[in-house]
Amino acid sequence: MPTPKPKPKPKLAVIKLASCDGCQLSLLDCEDELLAVAGALDIAYFPEASSRLLKGPYDVTLVEGSVTTAADRERLAALRRESRLLITIGACATSGGIQALRNFQSYPELARSVYAHPEYLDSLATSSGVAEHIPVDYELRGCPVDKSQLLEVLIAALHGRAPRLPRHSVCLECKRRGVVCVTVAHGTPCLGPVTQTGCGALCPRFSRGCFGCFGPSDTPRVQALAPVLASVGATDTDVARLYGTFNVGAPAFGDEHRVRLPVVE
Amino acid sequence: MTTTRTLSVELLTRVEGEGSLHIVLRGDVAESVELRIFEPPRFFEGFLRGRSALETPDITARICGICPVAYQMSACGAVEDALGITVSDEIRSLRRLLYAGEWLESHLLHIFFLHAPDFLGYSDALAMAGDHPERVRAALRMKKAGNALVTAVGGREIHPINVKVGGFFRAPEREAVRSLAPELAWLRDEMASCIDWLASFEYPSLSTDHELVALRHETDYPYCEGRVVSSRGLDIAVTEYEDVFEEQQVSRSTALHSVIRERGGYVCGPLARLSLNQDHLRPAARDALKRSGLKLPCDNPFRSILARAVEVIQAADEAAALCARYEPPAACAVAVPLAAGVGRAATEAPRGLLFHRYELDDSGSLKSAKIVPPTSQNQKSIEDDLRVLAPELARLPEAEARVLAEHAIRNYDPCISCSTHFLELRIERQ
Ligand code: SF4
Ligand code: SF4
Repeated sequence: MPTPKPKPKPKLAVIKLASCDGCQLSLLDCEDELLAVAGALDIAYFPEASSRLLKGPYDVTLVEGSVTTAADRERLAALRRESRLLITIGACATSGGIQALRNFQSYPELARSVYAHPEYLDSLATSSGVAEHIPVDYELRGCPVDKSQLLEVLIAALHGRAPRLPRHSVCLECKRRGVVCVTVAHGTPCLGPVTQTGCGALCPRFSRGCFGCFGPSDTPRVQALAPVLASVGATDTDVARLYGTFNVGAPAFGDEHRVRLPVVE
Repeated sequence: MTTTRTLSVELLTRVEGEGSLHIVLRGDVAESVELRIFEPPRFFEGFLRGRSALETPDITARICGICPVAYQMSACGAVEDALGITVSDEIRSLRRLLYAGEWLESHLLHIFFLHAPDFLGYSDALAMAGDHPERVRAALRMKKAGNALVTAVGGREIHPINVKVGGFFRAPEREAVRSLAPELAWLRDEMASCIDWLASFEYPSLSTDHELVALRHETDYPYCEGRVVSSRGLDIAVTEYEDVFEEQQVSRSTALHSVIRERGGYVCGPLARLSLNQDHLRPAARDALKRSGLKLPCDNPFRSILARAVEVIQAADEAAALCARYEPPAACAVAVPLAAGVGRAATEAPRGLLFHRYELDDSGSLKSAKIVPPTSQNQKSIEDDLRVLAPELARLPEAEARVLAEHAIRNYDPCISCSTHFLELRIERQ
């Protein structure tokens, strides 16, 4: 193939909001592909990995983390303007992450329990995904994201096509892979039937129930799962906890978390 | 007249998490040094209340994506302490193996991607790859071996899913673990071959007087067990941690600094561990230490990169040996009957001591949680180092001073993400 005449490489930015850094670390964990990624994209803004910080506009912006401060909320509009494609990576950026548990509690009380002077904090009473504030071109799930999915998203962005990622449930993934059902075989509560795959049914393969780290599947039949969870002895508190983790900010999980929470007087 | 000059780094790079640095220099004296954290608070200790003790490994892992295993191990340890549970030798070995994998991932990332570029004057490892392609390629392969280990034992490299209080959900398969041994042995040898290169770096001079704190175990280099000891004679059980260490609110800053009561700041992490545990090094690591020229105890934090390199060799060598003789345990977890209690644990995260304390009610739900991550313990010393460097910073042109200051911060591989849940942000209104 004739080499096309060199044109500037598309610019990539990696932005962090409230998060653990795990999703952006997934990019550095692509050891086999990292040099190729750097060859195809100009890593223009990635503070965790480089001191070279170029200004926008960016062709692809990956956003990790949830919106929990007024400053971050206000930063988003400009970020959207300077990003051709804006992709959220991970449960925090997509649905608010584990820190969205604050949405279900009294925020002032929560803040007081950790900080002597919560009045100094620039912190919102809620943690939300980025798409609640600005239009997002694609949302990549997982806590953390799966690195092969992350690469697919980047490759798709480079080629100007939509990412090809599965939308079916972890439960279906188990059936496809012939993984023994942890609920039927061991009576273990599992969110596989309502959780989107992406992990390859990782937890059931380790004899453990899915705790929903990739968030709700396309049509999560949460109501239909309730009696199954009850049949293996899961109490309301157990169910509230099960839905109340990394994707509690996703409505399908959050609603079920809320109704199962014990009533506090 | 003495001039006053402010040196600011608005966004620290090549550190985990987000923070900034402000130094006010009056002449060549640092009038104030502030490492500011602008990571939004995530309130982990708050929402852990009311959660099951069994959920703590998964939940606390999300404090930090770089060292989730450390959080999982400290969480398991604290709950097991509260319930009076001890695990089998086989589970202990698997935990060491997993922890070794995390040290490898984290240390290799820091040595080659975050710290080496400072010494060689590159903005990042990819820029470094232009001139040192073989080094960077080898570094990527080494890091991959560390990730493969965490994945084999933990299920995935970030936020492993196989860890639970009492042990593991499933014992990793015999072949999956055994087959890792040759690559880990290669990693050990490859790292050993990098020692001369690292030792040849030009190290900025800096002489500090920090008390060094680390775990110390009777027979092994410390991961999950041991007493808390220091270079000034401290020697206590982990259960006594809170009697000796306290978090202080410093008036000029809003950060909570962890200090030793009546003594002040201290340092934990690779240089401290190595200084206090060098007699437990395996021969390959001992040999590397000798060749590195690192004199222990070492008072120059810029040399911490050498301590990390020695620990990579130590971890890879032990992991290769454990993998080579691995047999899946018959029972990969012990029973965990829930009850009321208070439990404490400290483990050695890649960046240093990570302390957890939980109070459980009789259903095993958390009444309170306290977590002291390594960066809160090192923060005071980081600022002290910058104060010592002040004359040098004052002498240098702005841009170079900034580079040196950032480099001094990276010596500690600070993990600012971890810090968020206990550091307060100050909003200055002038
Ligand atoms: S989604 Fe999970 S792994 Fe990703 S940044 Fe948030 S807490 Fe970390
Ligand atoms: S099985 Fe569920 S909890 Fe486990 S990795 Fe997959 S999505 Fe996450």
